[in-house]
Amino acid sequence: MSGVLVVMEQRNGAWNRMSFEALAAGQQLAAKLGTECSAAVLGSGIDSLASELASRKLTKVYAVQHDLLKTYTADGYVAALEQLLKQTSADYVLLPHTYQVRDFAPALATRFKQVLISDVIAIRHDSEGTTSPVFVRQLLQGKLNADYRHTATGPCFVSVQAGTFRAEAVEDGAAAIEAFAPQLSAEQIRSKPGEPFRESAQTVDLSAAPVIVSVGRGIGEQDNLGIVEELSKALGAELAASRPICDNGWLPMERQVGSSGQTVSPKLYLAIGISGAIQHLVGMKASKAVIAINKDENAPIFEVADYGVVGDLFEIVPELTKAVQAAKA
Amino acid sequence: MKIVVAIKQVPERDAPIHIASNGKWIEDGDLNYTINEPDAYALEEALQLKEKTGTGEVVVVSAGPERVQSTLREALAKGADRAIHVEAVDLSSRDTLGVAQVLADAIKAESPDLILTGLQSDDLGLGQTGVVLAELLGIPHATIIMQVEPVDGGLKVKRELEDGWFQHVEMPLPALLTIQSGGNKLRYATLMGIKKAKTKEMKTVTASPAAGTPAIALERVYLPEKQKKTEMLTGSPAEVATKIVEKLKFEVRVL
Repeated sequence: MSGVLVVMEQRNGAWNRMSFEALAAGQQLAAKLGTECSAAVLGSGIDSLASELASRKLTKVYAVQHDLLKTYTADGYVAALEQLLKQTSADYVLLPHTYQVRDFAPALATRFKQVLISDVIAIRHDSEGTTSPVFVRQLLQGKLNADYRHTATGPCFVSVQAGTFRAEAVEDGAAAIEAFAPQLSAEQIRSKPGEPFRESAQTVDLSAAPVIVSVGRGIGEQDNLGIVEELSKALGAELAASRPICDNGWLPMERQVGSSGQTVSPKLYLAIGISGAIQHLVGMKASKAVIAINKDENAPIFEVADYGVVGDLFEIVPELTKAVQAAKA
Repeated sequence: MKIVVAIKQVPERDAPIHIASNGKWIEDGDLNYTINEPDAYALEEALQLKEKTGTGEVVVVSAGPERVQSTLREALAKGADRAIHVEAVDLSSRDTLGVAQVLADAIKAESPDLILTGLQSDDLGLGQTGVVLAELLGIPHATIIMQVEPVDGGLKVKRELEDGWFQHVEMPLPALLTIQSGGNKLRYATLMGIKKAKTKEMKTVTASPAAGTPAIALERVYLPEKQKKTEMLTGSPAEVATKIVEKLKFEVRVL
């Protein structure tokens, strides 16, 4: 084919929703480049998923099936996709930036002497069709953006960050399904994956909370958490945190917001001492209103905040608690 | 078990962001550097594995200019046995594949049982060096690992999935794991450790010249554009608090 190929993600017959964001990215990229877009889904017993894809505006849907692809392994996926890509010779391979993609896509790109442009937050076309697209990524925990370009010959591998493209933007159409049977043997698969599990029943459902007070690295140490807890109590809010706070064991993991924790969309998200790395932002940027308090005016949290305060949280938070209590009294 | 930990030295988190004149990175004249945080967890996991089994060796490897030796020295102070500095002054012009290649060259000579590294770097955040390294060395890998347990014939690791899910993965050795932050509590270097580190071996090897042109290129960096129009609230702490409460009452309507 040439053109754009989007690699979709599924587990046990259920799509990872980010796949459709990548699909939207693929369709839009192909339209800009004046080329075609196809998609691939891997697994075993995935006929119904392939048929579902066939109702989208795609040239082909590759149903890559093998018993050894029933459960995800990096070895199985890399081998199967290497064979598919050699046959289809796509110019661009787009993937959702999921944990699974992070596990296998760098190795896949290496097979083609390429480097995955990972975690892309925008695709820009500086001049129509004539030059290669620019892929925008974040550096330094979101404090800086960078333009990347593919400079080699061969396929360009790109993974797309959650929320960059809208799944609803995927265009419908009709595609031909093509079965692809990769050559795989059991000895190729070196690791044995177990069943996914949860640590314990989640008792805190942050996704339902109308008001969330969330605390990050800026709080400094565990003993300082009290001022944030008091504010949270005054507001009748759920207390949440960014990853480092939970990593340190200062708050339980189930209060973590972000890509490895919960995704929330409260009426108010009050971010205290949170710089706003992308892994955190994807978990909270759907909030209706965001207020951020941070000492660093360059903190990326201010990019998604409706109201921002640059200052010392240790001075501001206790004053805010008093003011909230007074307003409620 | 012989464990190699691949470490990256990165600017400290509160590094001042001034874009350099070539537009491709920040001004590095006054930057302070530290160990990449996920790599600190990889080192901690390696040290704990050695302590658990009571035998073995932990070798830390870092590629970069001379300054990375300070980060390697800190790793020695925390308990690593030896360090290898892969001297390369042109790392920023190499892509992930190029960087992984110089690490692979140095690590291959060590024939370790296990290679650990952080899941991504705090500066570039590409999150790929570990996986590419495993592919170049032809060994199995697993990413975003929280726990490592030696079992008969290899390892059993706990891998983080999205939304609070986990899975166990079993794999043979040699293998490479990329370590997630937060799996262990990080140790500090003791005074004794710092003293001992001075006597430990730090070997310098020179990175071979880049094999070809990079597959991807960073063209320019710039400050992100705001996604929302942020209203900044200013004043004394009490004034700011009053302003926030007004917003909470009349705009956000949660009070």
